[in-house]
Parts: sequence; C-alpha cells; structure tokens
Amino acid sequence: MNAIDCVTAARSNDRPTAVDYIDRIFGDSFMELHGDRRFADDRAVIGGIAMLNGRPVTVIALEKGRNLKERMDRNFGSAHPEGYRKALRLMKQAEKFHRPVICLVDTSGAYCGIGAEERGQGEAIAENLMEMMTLKTPILSILIGEGGSGGALALAVADEVWMMENAIYSVISPEGCASILWKDATRTAEASECLKLTSQDLFKLGVIERIIREPRTADSVLFDSLKNLIAQTFVKLGSVDTGALLERRYTRFRKF
Amino acid sequence: MENRPYIPDELWVKCPVCKTPVLSADLEENLKVCPKCGYHFRIGARQRIGITADEGSFEEFDAEMISSNVIGFPDYTRKLKNARLNSGENESVITGLATIGGYETVLAVMNSQFMMGSMGTVTGEKITRAFEYAAKHRLPVVIFTVSGGARMQEGILSLMQMAKTSGAVKRHSDAGLLYITVLTDPTTGGVTASFAMEGDVILSEPRALVGFAGPRVIEQTIRQKLPKDFQSAEFLLEKGFVDAVVPRGELKETLTRLLKLHGAVRREGEK
Repeated sequence: MNAIDCVTAARSNDRPTAVDYIDRIFGDSFMELHGDRRFADDRAVIGGIAMLNGRPVTVIALEKGRNLKERMDRNFGSAHPEGYRKALRLMKQAEKFHRPVICLVDTSGAYCGIGAEERGQGEAIAENLMEMMTLKTPILSILIGEGGSGGALALAVADEVWMMENAIYSVISPEGCASILWKDATRTAEASECLKLTSQDLFKLGVIERIIREPRTADSVLFDSLKNLIAQTFVKLGSVDTGALLERRYTRFRKF
Repeated sequence: MENRPYIPDELWVKCPVCKTPVLSADLEENLKVCPKCGYHFRIGARQRIGITADEGSFEEFDAEMISSNVIGFPDYTRKLKNARLNSGENESVITGLATIGGYETVLAVMNSQFMMGSMGTVTGEKITRAFEYAAKHRLPVVIFTVSGGARMQEGILSLMQMAKTSGAVKRHSDAGLLYITVLTDPTTGGVTASFAMEGDVILSEPRALVGFAGPRVIEQTIRQKLPKDFQSAEFLLEKGFVDAVVPRGELKETLTRLLKLHGAVRREGEK
C-alpha cells in the first residue's frame, strides 16, 4: 500500500471509530464521565472507566463520529483545550485509583479556532505532555485512524504506542506539508511518502511498539484478540515497579 | 538641502509599525526597539545572549552539534546547509551556561534566522541536555523562544521532540528548580505546545505573536478574519497565559529579580 492509500484508508468514513472500539472491547462495562471541571465537556473526547478482564481501566478516546450528525457533534474529532484537560483530569483520577490508562487516538489535529486559542490550546497540550511523562500508572495509546500532530501526541505519551495497520501518525497533514513546502496542496501523495507516516515507517523508526493487523473481512478489526493483547500488556506493565516504569517511559522518548 | 547632512540609505531603518525612519545606530542603541512607538524588531540569538548574559559569562554547550537528514526528506540537506550559511549558526537554538545579574543560569535562546526557529531533533536534543545539565547541577533555566513550530522535514521525529523536551522540563521541575520562559515574536506550533508553555514563570516581549495555530491557519479553518491583536502577548496576558509582558530594556532586570526571588546562587566574585 502506498502512503497516500494509507492516508485515504485512515480517514475513511467506513473505518471503525473510537466508540466502536469501546463498544466491542469494553461493552456495557464502560461508564462515561464528563467534563474538565474548568470550562466545559468537550464532545471530541470520550472518557470513562471500564472493566477489562475483571480489572478496571480508564479509557480516553478522540472520537470523530460515524455519520455527519455525529461528526458535527464531535467537532470531527478535533478537541479544544477543555478536551485535553478532561483527558488529563481522568488520567490523574486513574493514577489515584491505580487504574491503567488506555488512549484511543483518532484526530486530524487539535482544533484551530478563536476559542481554542483563547483558552490556551498550546498550554493544554504542553501540560498533558509533561504530566503524562510522570503519571504513576501504565499508559497504552493506540492510533486507530489519524494521528494528527500535537493534538494526537497529547494522548500518546505512553509506555507503549500501537498503531492499526492503516492508521497514520504525522507531524503535519500531507496537504499542509505540500502547501507550505511546495505551495501546492495537490502534491499530497508525494508529501505522504516523504513524511514517513505509515505504521510500517513508524515501526522502523521506533516510534511505535506494535502494528495491529487489519484483516480484509467484514469485521475489519479483530476486537477479541486486540482486547486480549491490551489485557496482557497491562498485566505486563503493571508488574513493573513504578519508578522503573517511569524511567522506561522517559527513556522511550529521550532516544528520539 | 545643502545644510542637510547626507545619510546613506542603509543607515536608516523604517519602523514597520509607525513608519518612522530611525537611524540604525540609534535603533541598535535602543536594543532594536523603535524609539517612537516601542515596536520590538526581531533580534538574533547572539545579540539576545549579549544583552541578557553578563559580559563574558556565556559558555556554550553542544555548539558543534548539527542536524542530519534523519528521514531522507527531499531537499532538506541543502536547506540545512543554507540555514547554517545564512545564520552563521549550526542549529535553531543556542544553549549554554551564563550568569544573569550574577546568578548562575542555564540559558537557551532560539534563533529565528535558522529555519524560522523550527524544532528538529538537534533543537530538542540541545534543549533536553540543557535541562538535564540544570537538574544535575541544581540550576535554573531561562529560555527565549521564537519558533514557527516543529520542523516538518524531520517528520514524526520532530513531533517526538515535544514529548522529549517536556519530559526533561518535568524532571527539572520535580527537582524543585526554576524555569522561566520568555516568549518572543513569533512563538507558535509545537514549541508553544511544549516547553514554551511549561515555565514556572512565563514572560513575553510586547506585541509578540504567540499561539498554537498560526493566524493564517485559523483564518482558513474558520473562514473569517481574526480580531486585531489576537494572539498578541497582551491578549495572552488578558486570557491568563502569560505572567507579565516585559519590554526588552527591562528583561534582564526582571530575570535577575526572579532568579533572586527563587534563591538562585550568585557566582563568587560577583557584586
């Protein structure tokens, strides 16, 4: 698959979104919690607590919406500062109650707008990067669709980062890259190649630990095996002493 | 006309805001601030170090560290070479040890003349090392930011610098040490969304543009014109994201006061 085909697949409306993952992995055990306690409840971020193989976990997800109505309600998965602050509040809550955190990332990027700037989009993302680095509980982030720059990274400072086979993760959109560098937004295929944004590229660069295969079947995600993989990973990460876990997390990002 | 002294054009600079012509020498004398309207011209990193660090106190770290074309991005090798030639610097940030008003400090100054201060792996590495050095030696850190954001020619590895630098800031912070950021024009993108906004105290030069998204990107997204002074230092002060807007001429004194208030150590032999 060419990089541009990956970009198209990652953005496809037919792709499962975070709510599908939550339904299929956590089912009725998921209990949603709302709000950042400062300004509002950002609908682009879904957060809550669920059971995973008999153990509670905190779930935080960027949700794009599955149809036009949902997409408008979710601001197309682009969070405002209050979304990142809600995520951080729930992470701190997870730390307090010794629950591991799973983040599902799917966003073209943090929202660019007047309100987002007025309420400190940069500050909100920066704080998440700092706080996640020393959050005293295991964190696993899975890029399930688009991983758009700082808005994705703000939920992906984790002990392990995984990617769905056809997800993408990039510092800038191919369109943005092409228009800035070559003043030509149509050269997206070329920009997609250059940016090294596919799961294969990112695995080679050591940015992700695991690629989750997407079979070409009716069920494009093998949720049961993914669920087991997540549970096993939390058992593994949970057995590591907290100091060692945080040292490893620091080193994981220090190497780049 | 005969009585008017002849002054060659290159000795004059026109202020882009008030349009007043100013003698270059006068502008330099005034730290590149327009004497008429107070507009702060951008200044290079070396000049910034010159007006911030005590004379002769600056000892540079990692001066020879240079970027390579880490993901094989087209034309990046040539751009890096040009940036080095044009700026006379090896990267978009200069780091080192200095005294400010006698107080020993790790100082990092970003450089808009090097690929618009964009953050690549070497930028992130130098900043991370500066924080690690400061944590090890129990020193405060002062950073002057100016940046267009992450450097896209380094792809995802430039994004990772945001996490890497933030991790180093957090460790330094958890050790109970002081970090002051001074935001200068312009500070945007991945630098705003990482170490620029992580200071214990955040200062800004007057009228500096500071934001996550650049104004053009926002205008394209929302399809309307932005209000005047949106994303200015004064706007950030009003919204609660900056501790103080400090004119260039008062910055050194302000930094000295802050260092003193946090119990920074004066080097022996200083007054």
